[in-house]
Amino acid sequence: MSSKKKVLGLGLAVLVVLIISGSYLSSVNIPLLQPRGIVADKEFRLLLSVTGIMCIVVIPVFILLGYIVWKYRDTNNSKKKYLPDWDSNRYIEGLWWIIPSIIIFILSIITWNATYALNPFNPLASTEKALNIQVIALDWKWLFIYPSEKVASINKLVIPVNRPVHFYLTSDAPMNSFWIPQLSGQIYSMPGMQTQLYIMANREGHYRGWSANISGIGFASMTFDTAVTSDINFNHWAHQVDKTAPKLTNAAYSVLSRPSSYVAPKYYSHPQPNLFNDTISKYMVPGKQGMVM
Amino acid sequence: MGLISIFANFWLGKLNLQALPPNAIQWFGAILMLSVPIGLALLLTVKKKWKWLYKEWLTTQDPKKIGVMYILVALAMLLRGGADVMFMKTQQSISVGHNMGILSASHFQQIVSAHGTIMIFFVAMGLMFGLINLIVPLQIGARDVAFPFLNATSFWLFFAGMILVNASLVLGDFAATGWLAYPPLSELRYSPTVGVDYWIWSLEIAGAGSLLAAINFLVTIFKMRVKGMNFMKMPMFVWSVLGSLMLVAFAFPILTVTLGLLALDRDLGTHFFTAGGGGNMMMYVNLIWAWGHPEVYILVLPGFGVFSEVVSTFARKRLFGYTSMVWAIGAIVLLSFLVWLHHFFTMGAGSDVNAFFGIMTMIIAIPTGVKIFNWLFTMYRGKIRLESPILWFIGFVVIFTIGGMAGVLLAVPPIDFQLHNSLFLVAHFHMMIVGGVLFADFAAITYWFPKIFGFKLNEKLGRFTFWCWLIGFLTSFIPLYILGFMGATRRLNHYSASLGWQQLFIVSAIGAAIIGLGVGAQILQFVVSIIQRKNNLDTTGDPWDGRSLEWSTPSPVPFYTFARLPHVTERDAFWVAKRQKVEDKRPYEDIAIPKNSPLSMVIALGAFLLGFGIVWHIWWLAVSGLLTIIATIIIRSMDEETEYVLKASDVERLDKQYRMQTKTRETKLAVEV
Amino acid sequence: MSEAVTQTLNIIKSNKLIAKYDKDARDIFGFWVYLMTDCVLFASLFAVFAVLRHNTYGGPGASLLFSMPYALVETIILLTSSFTCGLAVLSAQLKHNKRVLFWFIVTFALGASFLGLELNEFHNFIAMGDSWRRSGFLSSYFVLVATHGLHITLGLLWIAVMSVFVLKRGISDLVMKRIRMLSMFWHFLDVVWIFIFTIVYLFGAIRV
Repeated sequence: MSSKKKVLGLGLAVLVVLIISGSYLSSVNIPLLQPRGIVADKEFRLLLSVTGIMCIVVIPVFILLGYIVWKYRDTNNSKKKYLPDWDSNRYIEGLWWIIPSIIIFILSIITWNATYALNPFNPLASTEKALNIQVIALDWKWLFIYPSEKVASINKLVIPVNRPVHFYLTSDAPMNSFWIPQLSGQIYSMPGMQTQLYIMANREGHYRGWSANISGIGFASMTFDTAVTSDINFNHWAHQVDKTAPKLTNAAYSVLSRPSSYVAPKYYSHPQPNLFNDTISKYMVPGKQGMVM
Repeated sequence: MGLISIFANFWLGKLNLQALPPNAIQWFGAILMLSVPIGLALLLTVKKKWKWLYKEWLTTQDPKKIGVMYILVALAMLLRGGADVMFMKTQQSISVGHNMGILSASHFQQIVSAHGTIMIFFVAMGLMFGLINLIVPLQIGARDVAFPFLNATSFWLFFAGMILVNASLVLGDFAATGWLAYPPLSELRYSPTVGVDYWIWSLEIAGAGSLLAAINFLVTIFKMRVKGMNFMKMPMFVWSVLGSLMLVAFAFPILTVTLGLLALDRDLGTHFFTAGGGGNMMMYVNLIWAWGHPEVYILVLPGFGVFSEVVSTFARKRLFGYTSMVWAIGAIVLLSFLVWLHHFFTMGAGSDVNAFFGIMTMIIAIPTGVKIFNWLFTMYRGKIRLESPILWFIGFVVIFTIGGMAGVLLAVPPIDFQLHNSLFLVAHFHMMIVGGVLFADFAAITYWFPKIFGFKLNEKLGRFTFWCWLIGFLTSFIPLYILGFMGATRRLNHYSASLGWQQLFIVSAIGAAIIGLGVGAQILQFVVSIIQRKNNLDTTGDPWDGRSLEWSTPSPVPFYTFARLPHVTERDAFWVAKRQKVEDKRPYEDIAIPKNSPLSMVIALGAFLLGFGIVWHIWWLAVSGLLTIIATIIIRSMDEETEYVLKASDVERLDKQYRMQTKTRETKLAVEV
Repeated sequence: MSEAVTQTLNIIKSNKLIAKYDKDARDIFGFWVYLMTDCVLFASLFAVFAVLRHNTYGGPGASLLFSMPYALVETIILLTSSFTCGLAVLSAQLKHNKRVLFWFIVTFALGASFLGLELNEFHNFIAMGDSWRRSGFLSSYFVLVATHGLHITLGLLWIAVMSVFVLKRGISDLVMKRIRMLSMFWHFLDVVWIFIFTIVYLFGAIRV
């Protein structure tokens, strides 16, 4: 087989693989490409634009690689120019110091702005008041406390659509990372510390969330369903839980915080008002406030 | 009863019958692991090779042999790490919904952690130090390294760490914490077994070996270059090794401290990284990455160096943009200490901090890109022989560019929030390390094999290996990018069926199997090449029409390395010398050669006992290990006759013999043909 | 003819001398590189101390624990030992075996008393219940200072071994080179202690 035929065959094979995988990808559900919250949406757009800009360098690399290897491969009847001692050219080298530098400069500006704009601690602009939710990562489940609604839930997050949600996160277990890909990027939840995250869902539906950081043998089971519903439904749900669910007493919490995996959603009413802050400060000095980040 | 338990506690520490593997799969692993040394021992006994092994290899101080031992250990560990992959991929392909797969969660997590630890510390580092030992002295025209005894000790410490990491398969367990063992998960409270201790002490010991080796080769490169070879005339591989070793010297002490503090937390109850008690777990994360990020460049820089050599040799052209390349290495060395925070943008630091580290990370892409363009233009207007070393290079450019693009995405903090800890990240860093390090090491092994052993590797199987690796690798890791976009996180032993991830995990497993085929082909390549070595003899010492000094020696390199020290006036010294065709008429001189010594091994044995003793809290063992080390060093320091002299007349005789042999081999071959 | 032979011999001799000189320079340079890595090790421990300085977890802080006069005495002893170590090197250069031994013994005694004082301080803290288990701050204090102490212990061992060498073998080139390295090591530990004194004790006392 001549080398031309080989290359042709290779190209054909790549094409077939691309077609198969393309048709496969169009048939499956890819959460990151289907953002349902304004933060995730902005992050997704940023991803697209950065990828686009990088193609300015990456595509020439691939073209050059293919062209040079093909053109200058050692063939017997070669009449191609062969310059064994040609080893530098200030202008050409300058080109690939400067052009990538310009691109990185542009990317840097984008990065700087985007990092400020998408800081998870930043409140989101909205006419509605943010809903506060305290999140405690336990071994191996998530506890969500709604301080104003005075309800709490395990492995089930219910939030209203089109209203900012303000999470305060900590951990009463090893470090975890709180992540609902379709709504926003992740943030660590760490014992003795508090992190924050703002999100706002802009479409009703069910979105999966999980821990993205290994935290022990039950780590894979730390998934939860996020139900985004209308404001009315949300209030109804909170009211319902408040009326019917058992109370989250200290005793109930200490049972909860024992290690367990694959915990089904559970609801509680009247969580201890200081539960979240106590959880942080128990890792700190008595009397000293939690390290707020 | 009480007396017995006190007795047992003293002699055995925490070690008891429960340390044995708990189930069939783990027994299988343990027996497999034990069968290797037992099998080897049997073979050596049957063939009566113990003495040979001891004299020629175990006690050697010759960097060429030490390099070979490093590479052999690293390749064996590649098989171990690869076996881990097979377990992981099988588990992830079937552990969906109600099926919990073949491994328990803890066992799966141990395998994941062991895979990362072994691949980085015992495969990538081992291959790297192996190549440095083999090639750096040859390329700078030195007969030896600065401190031969220390060099052997470094290798044996690496070996001791390797044994300790593998001992965890037989006795006790391994860390189930991920390969960097973040606290508080890795603290005693959440990981009470010996797993994390195995992790700590195997890395402390191997890390000490790496640090000593770095000091050794830094001095070698700075002080032992042959006359005429100033810095700007060094081969690019030596430059990149220099950059890499400077990073080792600055980064590994940080690792030593970090692991040490974690060990103190676990063994003595300090509060460095504990949750509570005034500890600060994020400090661990900062410290480990202050080592960990430079580590990436420690591994990849020598890889870049290999490609610089391979590309210019196989394109038969001088390396393009030498000065640019040197500056690029310098920039990478400097910048690599300014980016560590990009490993945890999601910790919640301020926008300014995140943005700074994100931008610094992107800036590293510039010198890296420069290197790629320089390689491409080295091939431009060359005559490229498309043999397997350059195929590995082409594969590297493809994979590294895709991985690099993913890396720039991850460097933008808000994008990182979405991709951090996902399989996208896993795919990214595998592309960097497999593409940039492993592919380079394979190219290097093919390229330098004839120099060390005197015959080339089988090219057909080499190409087959390459294609298996390339296709298998892309099949295995492109799906991981997609899984990352689907939200799949790393280190999952189980996931829900409704997520639709299973097909991609299976594709990825198939890719891993193709790589496995490639590894099989590699082993076959070694076997076939050794059997058919007469067909592939390198009779000239210069099988690839090489450029740097190592090709001026006969193959395999004689034990005294250079009969006469080479003469350097320009870059690509040997290439220049070949063109000028000057005959060397200088007189031969006496050569001092270090004597063999078993003490390096004894020091490493002490280190192993120390590590093992601390892991299991067998304090008498730990103390005896420490005393062994100290006593051995003192004994060694009393020996003033560490070298013997090879007389100039003998050198002359041997050199002529060698060159005659080469000639007769050539004529023999001519007759055979 | 014979002239040519002597010339060649001289060249060979001088080559050997150069080789010997090269080797010594190489060893000393290598030791510098090692000291540099040790510097990074201590720098990491200082960084850890700086981060955990205020994490007293209800336990005592630096200003309560440390006594300046005590630390000052330790400092003076160690500085003096550095001086006597220097005197040992000077005597070694003059090949005064006995004087070298004398200064080694003095250095050893000073180093040992420094170590004794340090251990005594540790003992006092532990007796008061303020061990490394008490808080992050105390952990970092104990480990930073003890790491230095461990280096001192190794240094003492080294001095002892070198004394035996001087006694048994006199001051050969090899022994001289090692004495040089030993004194580099000892001075290095002095410098590290100055940092410990300033950052741990001095800053601690003035409540920064």
